[in-house]
Amino acid sequence: MATPASNVSRQLSNVGAWIDSRIPVSDFWKKHISEYYAPKNFNFFYFFGSLALLVLVNQLVTGIFLTMFYKPDAASAFASVEYIMRDVEWGWLIRYMHSTGASFFFIVVYLHMFRALMYGSYKSPRELVWILGVLIYLVLMAEAFMGYVLPWGQMSYWGAQVIISLFGAVPVVGETLVEWIRGDFFVSDATLNRFFALHVVALPLALLALVVLHLAALHEVGSNNPDGIDVKAKKDANGKPLDAIPFHPYYTVKDIFGVGVFLTLFAFVIFYAPEFGGLFLEPDNFNPADPLVTPQHIVPVWYFTPYYAILRAVPDKLAGVILMGAAIMVLFVLPWLDRSRVRSIRYKGWGSKILLAVFVVAFIRLGMLGMAEGTYWETIESRIWTFAYFAFFILLPFVTKYEQPRPEPERVTT
Amino acid sequence: MIRIVLSALLLGAVNLAFAAGGNENLEQSGANVHDMASVQRGASMFMNYCHSCHSVEYMRYQRLAKDLELTEEQVEENLIFGDREITDYMIAAMPSESEQWFGKKPPNLTLTSRSRGEDWIYTFLKSFYLTEEGWNNTVLANASMPHVLWRLQGIQRPIMETYTDDAGTEHTRIARLEISEPGTLSPEEFDGTIRDIAAFMIYLGEPAILQRERMGIWVLLFLVVFTFLSWLLYKEYWRDVKK
Repeated sequence: MATPASNVSRQLSNVGAWIDSRIPVSDFWKKHISEYYAPKNFNFFYFFGSLALLVLVNQLVTGIFLTMFYKPDAASAFASVEYIMRDVEWGWLIRYMHSTGASFFFIVVYLHMFRALMYGSYKSPRELVWILGVLIYLVLMAEAFMGYVLPWGQMSYWGAQVIISLFGAVPVVGETLVEWIRGDFFVSDATLNRFFALHVVALPLALLALVVLHLAALHEVGSNNPDGIDVKAKKDANGKPLDAIPFHPYYTVKDIFGVGVFLTLFAFVIFYAPEFGGLFLEPDNFNPADPLVTPQHIVPVWYFTPYYAILRAVPDKLAGVILMGAAIMVLFVLPWLDRSRVRSIRYKGWGSKILLAVFVVAFIRLGMLGMAEGTYWETIESRIWTFAYFAFFILLPFVTKYEQPRPEPERVTT
Repeated sequence: MIRIVLSALLLGAVNLAFAAGGNENLEQSGANVHDMASVQRGASMFMNYCHSCHSVEYMRYQRLAKDLELTEEQVEENLIFGDREITDYMIAAMPSESEQWFGKKPPNLTLTSRSRGEDWIYTFLKSFYLTEEGWNNTVLANASMPHVLWRLQGIQRPIMETYTDDAGTEHTRIARLEISEPGTLSPEEFDGTIRDIAAFMIYLGEPAILQRERMGIWVLLFLVVFTFLSWLLYKEYWRDVKK
C-alpha cells in the first residue's frame, strides 16, 4: 500500500514528466550541469568564471533596487544618490554592493582573462569562446563607464567629458560624432539621460546575451585545463572521459567554497573600505558635477587606467586614440597569433614565459601610471610599457613558432 | 609560476592603493567617529559655529537624534536654531544675501569629510592666521571664511622665513604660525575641540558608517563559518576524485 509521502512524490514526478515532455528542462540540466564533464585538475584560476557570473547577478539585482530611487536628471542625480545613502532603508548597503561590485567585476574578469592567457584557453577549438569573452569585456567597459557617470559627481562629469571628447579625434566627422554622443554641445542632462538608458537597459541586455553565447560556445567545445591537453581523448569503458568529472556536484561544491572566500573579501571591502583608498570611489566624486570648475587631476577609475596610460603616452591625440583602441582590439586576433603546438604555459618554452610575465608587469605598471599625474618621466615610462604591451602581441607568433615546447603529458597532472 | 604571478599582482595592488592616497602636509586628526561623546560634542560645536552659515543639504535634523543617541526634544532645544522643523533638511539659517558678504555662498558641508578627508578639516580649522589684510589660512589660501573659532584658539600670526629656489631667487614663505593672543582654550583643548568637529563631520559625510562598521564584523563572521563549512563539503565530495 502506498504511503501518503510516496503518493506526493509520485505526483511530483508526474508533474516533472509533464513539464519535461513540453520543454527540455532535464535535458538542459544534464547537458550543462550534471553531465557537463569538466577536467578534474582545475586550479585557483578556474574560480573566476563562476565568480564573474555571481558578480553579474549582484550588479543586476542591486542595480534594479538602485533604479527605484535614483533620478537620471542633472539637477537631482547627485542628491538622489545621497538620498539612497541616507534616507532609503539599507540604501547604503545596496549602493556599496553595486559600486564595490563594479570594481570586483574587473578584478575577476582580469584574472579570468589572465587564466586564458596562461593556459592557452583561447587556442583552437576555443577561439569563439575567447572572442565572445573579449566582446563581453568591451561591453563591460562601456557599461562601467556609463555607470560611473550616473552619480553626477565631479569625476563622473569630467571623466565623461574627457572620454567622449576622444571621439573628436576622428578626422572630418569627429566633432559631429561627439555632439551626437552627448546629445548636446557639452556633457549635460541629455547625456546623463541617454547614459542611464544604456546603462540600465541596452548594455545589460547585450551583456546577458553575450554571456549566454560565451557559455554555449564553451559547453560545445568543453573546458580547457591547466595542462592544456584534451581530456576527451582518454575515455573509460563507459565512454566517460577519464580525467573529467561532472560539473555537478563536483564543481558546484567547489565553486560554493570559492564563492565563500570571494564574498568574505567582498564584504570586507563593502563594510570597511568601500572607497578603497579612493580607488573604487574617488574623493572628488563626492563633489557634485560642476561644468564651470575643472578638477586639477582627472583620472578614470582604476580598471581603465592601463589604456589611459597608453593614450597619454602618445603625443598626438588621434594616434593615441588609435593606439588605445588597438590595445583592446588586438585581443580579438590573439588565437591566431599564438602558433605554439601546446596550449599551457607549463609546456611552452622560456620565450613564452618571459613574454607573458613582461605583459602582466606592463599591464599593471600602465595601470599605475594611468592614475599618476603624467609628469615627464612618467610619460617616458608609459611609453616603454606601451611598447612592452604591444611587443607581447608582435613577438608572440615568432616566439611560439620557433621555441621548442616541452612534451605534454598523456593525462592531466594534479 | 603561479606563486610568482600572485605575489606580483598583490604587490601591484598594494602599490596602487598607496598611489591613490597622499595629501600635502596635513596633520593627523585622530578623529574617531565611533567615539559617541566626541561626535556629540562635535555636533554641538558644529551647530553653534558652522551651521549658521553652512548647510548640510542632504541631512535631516531627525537623523541626528536617531544616530547620536539623543531625543528629538534634545535636538530641537539644543541643536536647531530658527524656525526649522525636526524633519527638515539641515539648511543654514543665514539669509540668501550672504553671498555678497563672502563673494560666494558658504559651501554645503555634507560631504566635505569624504571629498577632502577629516585630516584636511582638522588642519584647516587650526591653520587660520591674521594679517593686516584680515584672516587667511595656510591650508586653503585666500579662503573667504573668517576664523569663527578665534575666541577659542586665540589669534595666530605667521612667522616668515626666506628661502632660495632652484633658480637662486629668494622668496619668503610662512615657516609656522604662532599664537600672539591666547584664546579661551589651551592649544591642547582647542585641538580636542576641532578633533570633535572632524569626528562629527565624518558622521555627516556618511551617517551609515556607524551601522556599517558595527554590523560588518557579524557579516564577516557568518561568511567565515559559511566558507569553512563549504570547504568541508568540498573536501567530502572530492574524496572520490582525489583517489
